[in-house]
Amino acid sequence: MGGIILLSVLGAATLISGVFNKRKILLPLTLFGLAITFLLNLGEWRGAVPFFSDLIAPYNNGMLDFDNFAFAFTSLLLFASMLVLALSQFQVKEDLEHAGEFYAILLFTIVGGVVMVSFSNLVMLFIGIEILSISLYVMAGSRKYNAQSNEASLKYFLLGSFASGFLLLGIALIYGTTGSLDLPGISTYITVNANSLPFLTVLGIMMIIMGMAFKVSAAPFHNWAPDVYQGSPTVITAFMATVVKIAAIAAFLRLMMGSFAAAQGWWTILLSVIAILTMTIGNITALYQTNFKRLMAYSGISHAGYLLIGIVALTYDNGSFSSSGAILYYTFAYAMASIAAFAVLLVIAGNTGDSSISAFNGLAKRDPLLAVSMTVCMLSLAGIPPLAGFFGKYYLFALAINKGLWVLAAFAVLNSLIGIYYYFIVFINMFVKDKQEGMPSTSSPTAKAVIAICILLTVLAGLYPEAILKVFM
Amino acid sequence: MNLITAILIFFPLASIPILYLVKQEHVKYASLVSTLISLVLSLFVVVNFQNIADTQFLLDYWWIESLGISFKVGIDGISLLMVLLTNFLMPIIVISNFNRDQPQVRHYHAMILATQMAFIGVFVALDAFLFYIFWELALIPMYFICLFWGKEGKVQITFKFFLYTLAGSLVMLVALIYLYLQTPAPHTFDIAAFYNLNLSATEQSILFWGLFLGFAIKVPLFPVHGWLPDTHTGAPTQGTLLLAGIMLKMGIYGVIRWVLPIVPEGVMEWKDWAIMMGIIGIVYGSCVAIVQKDFKRLIAFSSIGHLGLTIAGIFALNIQGLQGGLLQAVNHGITSVGLFFIADIIYDRTHTREISKLGGIVHKAPTMAVFFMIMLLGSIGLPLTNGFVGEFLLFLGLYQYNMYFTAVAGLGIILGAVYMLRSYQRVMLGETNSHTEEFTDILMSEKVVLGALAIAVFAIGIYPKPLLNFAEPALQQILEQYNTFLTLK
Repeated sequence: MGGIILLSVLGAATLISGVFNKRKILLPLTLFGLAITFLLNLGEWRGAVPFFSDLIAPYNNGMLDFDNFAFAFTSLLLFASMLVLALSQFQVKEDLEHAGEFYAILLFTIVGGVVMVSFSNLVMLFIGIEILSISLYVMAGSRKYNAQSNEASLKYFLLGSFASGFLLLGIALIYGTTGSLDLPGISTYITVNANSLPFLTVLGIMMIIMGMAFKVSAAPFHNWAPDVYQGSPTVITAFMATVVKIAAIAAFLRLMMGSFAAAQGWWTILLSVIAILTMTIGNITALYQTNFKRLMAYSGISHAGYLLIGIVALTYDNGSFSSSGAILYYTFAYAMASIAAFAVLLVIAGNTGDSSISAFNGLAKRDPLLAVSMTVCMLSLAGIPPLAGFFGKYYLFALAINKGLWVLAAFAVLNSLIGIYYYFIVFINMFVKDKQEGMPSTSSPTAKAVIAICILLTVLAGLYPEAILKVFM
Repeated sequence: MNLITAILIFFPLASIPILYLVKQEHVKYASLVSTLISLVLSLFVVVNFQNIADTQFLLDYWWIESLGISFKVGIDGISLLMVLLTNFLMPIIVISNFNRDQPQVRHYHAMILATQMAFIGVFVALDAFLFYIFWELALIPMYFICLFWGKEGKVQITFKFFLYTLAGSLVMLVALIYLYLQTPAPHTFDIAAFYNLNLSATEQSILFWGLFLGFAIKVPLFPVHGWLPDTHTGAPTQGTLLLAGIMLKMGIYGVIRWVLPIVPEGVMEWKDWAIMMGIIGIVYGSCVAIVQKDFKRLIAFSSIGHLGLTIAGIFALNIQGLQGGLLQAVNHGITSVGLFFIADIIYDRTHTREISKLGGIVHKAPTMAVFFMIMLLGSIGLPLTNGFVGEFLLFLGLYQYNMYFTAVAGLGIILGAVYMLRSYQRVMLGETNSHTEEFTDILMSEKVVLGALAIAVFAIGIYPKPLLNFAEPALQQILEQYNTFLTLK
C-alpha cells in the first residue's frame, strides 16, 4: 500500500526535477525510488497466510487488498520496471527535453499496475486500468514527429477507450444486478445464484471479459498490439510487452478468481475458446513477421493465450498447484526473456532504428555473447528445458490436464511446436546468415548488465523454480 | 560412492570451462582427457557393480519438493550398458575430429560434452521430470552442432529434426503429466510410483502411444523416421556419430524403462503394432538403402532397419528379445559409428559421398579396407562379430513370439547383406578413378578410432557374457513386472 503513495510522490518528484533541469539525477532517482518501493513491498509478505483467505472471512477490507497475490505481482511489476527503466537511457538520449515527463509517466503507469493487481473493488480495477492506459497512450506517442508513433498512440487510444467503455458498462451491469462493487460481495451473490444468474449479470461478466481480453491482447481483441508495439520506441515496447501485460493478466486472474469463480461453468468455455484463438492466431501470424517488434508482439499474444490457460483452469492453492502460482511464474519467465530480447535489440539496432529481424544477421560473429544471450531468451520463450520458460509451460499444462481440459492442453502443445519456428528463425539469422555492413552498434554497459541479470534469472528460475512458487505457500 | 552417478552426469559439464581456458590448439586434447576420465569413472562403476536387479549408486534428493519432483538417479544393468556405450564412444568421437579441425573448436567441443551430459542424464534418471529435462537437453546442443557446423541445407534439415523430436517429446510430456496426476497426492514423478499406478485399460491404451510416440520418433521407427536420413547427411561428422551412436539409443532405452513396466496393458494391446512398425522398418529401410546413391544416406537407412529389428525383438517380451534388443542397441552404436566414420574418411579424401563415383579404394588404402570390412561384417551380423550375438538373440526372442514376424524380419537381414556387400564392392573394389586416385590410407588418429571400434566388435562377438550378465537381472525384473500383470488379468 505504501508503494502506491511512494511511487506517486516519486513521479511528482521526477516531474519537478525535469522542470528544474536536473536531468542527470532522474534515472538514479527513479531507480532508487523503485528499489525502495520494492524493499518496502517485501515487508508486506504475509508469510504463511493463505492467499485470499481474508476474503472468506467477514469482509473487512477497503478498496485495495494487499494480500499475498498483490504482494507477489507488485514485486514482479516493480522488478521488471526497474530492468526496463535501466534501459531508458536509449529513450532519454534522443529526447532529452522531455526526460522528466518520461520518467514521471512511466512511474504513474506502474502505480496503475500496482492498483490493478491489488484491487478489491471493481471501481479500483477500472481506475487502475485507466491510470495505466492513459499513461501508455502518451508514451506510445512520445516520438511526436514520427508518423508511426502517432499512429500507434491514436490506435491504442481509440481502441483502448472502446475497451474501457465495455469494461465500465460490464461493471455497471454487475453492480446493477448484484448490488455490490467489491469482489467478496459479488462473489457471494454469484455463489448463491450460481444456477440461475440473471441475464444482465451474464452480460456484465461477458463485457468485463471482453474489456480485460483487450488489455491482455487476447484474440479477437489483439489487433492493436502489433501496430502499437512496432510504432512505439523500443523501450516503451519492452515496457508494454512485459510490465503492462503482467498487470493486465494478474488483474484478470484476480477478478475471475475473486468474484466470478462460482459461475465458472459457462465462462470456462468462453475463455477456453478465447485462449485457443489467442495462442493459435498469435503463433501463426508470428510465422510471417519480418519485423522483430511485430514478432515479439505476436509472440506476446500467443503467450497471453498460454497465460489464459491459467485462468481457465482456475485452481486455488491445493498444495502443489495454483493458478496464481502458475501465472506468477510464467509472467516472470516471460518478462525476463522478453526484456533481455528487447535489450539486445536496443543494443544492436538502437531505440528507433530498423527493427527488422535481419538486424540480427551475423550477430554470432559480431558479438558472440549477445548472440548467446539472445539464444537463451528465445529458447526460454519457446519453452525448452531447463530454462524458466519451459517450467512455466509445464506448470500451465499440468493445470489444464489436472482439470481435464484436454482440448486446451492439446492446442497448447500444438502451439508450442509452431512457436519453435519463429523463435528459431532468429537463431538462423544470428548463426547462419552473414552480417550486414554498416550496422550501428552501441556499446552500453547498463544494457549488458540488464541482459546478464535477465539471463541469469531465466536459468536459475528454471533450475530452481521453487524459489518463486514458494511465495504462495 | 553413490555420488558417482552425479559425477558421471556433471563431469562433462564441469570440464567445459577448461576448454575455454586452454590454448586453441589444445582444446581437442582437453576434450579428449575429459571424455577419457568419464570412461574411467564408468569403469569404476562397472567394477563396483553388483549383478542384481536393484538400482545401485542411487541418489535421491528433492529438487522441487512442492511439486514432487526429485533429483533421483541410479544405475541398474540396463542403465549401465547405455552409460558404458556412451562413455566408450565419447572419446572415440572426440578423436574422430582430430585431423579435421572445425571452426570455433571451443564451442564445438563444448557442445559435444554438453550432449554427453544429457545422454548420461537420460540413461540414469529415475524421476520422470528429470528424465524429460535431460531428454530435451540432449536436443539443444545437437541442434546447434547441426546448425552451426552442418553442411548444405542445414537450416531446413535441422529445423525438421528439431520439430520431429520435439513433437514426440511434447506428447510424452503430456503423458508424463497425466501419469503424475494419477499418483496418490501429494503427486510425485518418481518412477517407482509410476510402476504402481492403477490405470484402466483405456488409459493405458492411450498413454502407451503418448509415451511410445516420442521414443519411436527418436529410434526412429517407420513411419516417423523422416528426419533421420536428412539429419545424417546435413550434420557434421561428430553430429552424425553422436546421433547414430548414442542419441537413437535413447529411444530404445526409453521403451524398456518407461513404456514396458508403466503401461503393461497398453503394451499388451499394441505390441503387435509396435513389432509391425519395426518389421516394416527393416524391410523398408533395407529396400531404400539398396537404391541409395549417397553412402551416408545408405548407412542412415540401414539404421532404420537395424533398430526396427531391435524394437520388434523388445516387444516380443521375453528375456531373449529384451537381452538382444539392449545388446543390439550397443552393437549398433559401435558399428554405425564405425561405418559413418569410414564414410567421413572417404568424403574427406574424395569430397564425394556418391557411391557410383567411388571405387578401387582398396588398392590405395588397404588398412581402411580391413576396418571397413570388420564394421560391415559386424553390421550384417556375421558370427564372431557383435552383430551376430545381438541379432541371434533378437530372432530367438521374436521366433518364440511369432514365427511369421521372424520370417519377414529375416528377409531384412538378407537385404542388409545385399546392400552392405554391394556398397563395399562398389566403393572399395574395382578400378580407381579420378576421384579415388589420390586416396591416402588412414592416419594414426583414424586408426585409433577404428581400432578401438574393431576390438569392441570382436570382443562383444566372442565373449558377450559380461554385458548380458549385467543387464539380465534388471531385464528379468521388468519382464516379471509385465508377467505378473498378465497373471493378474
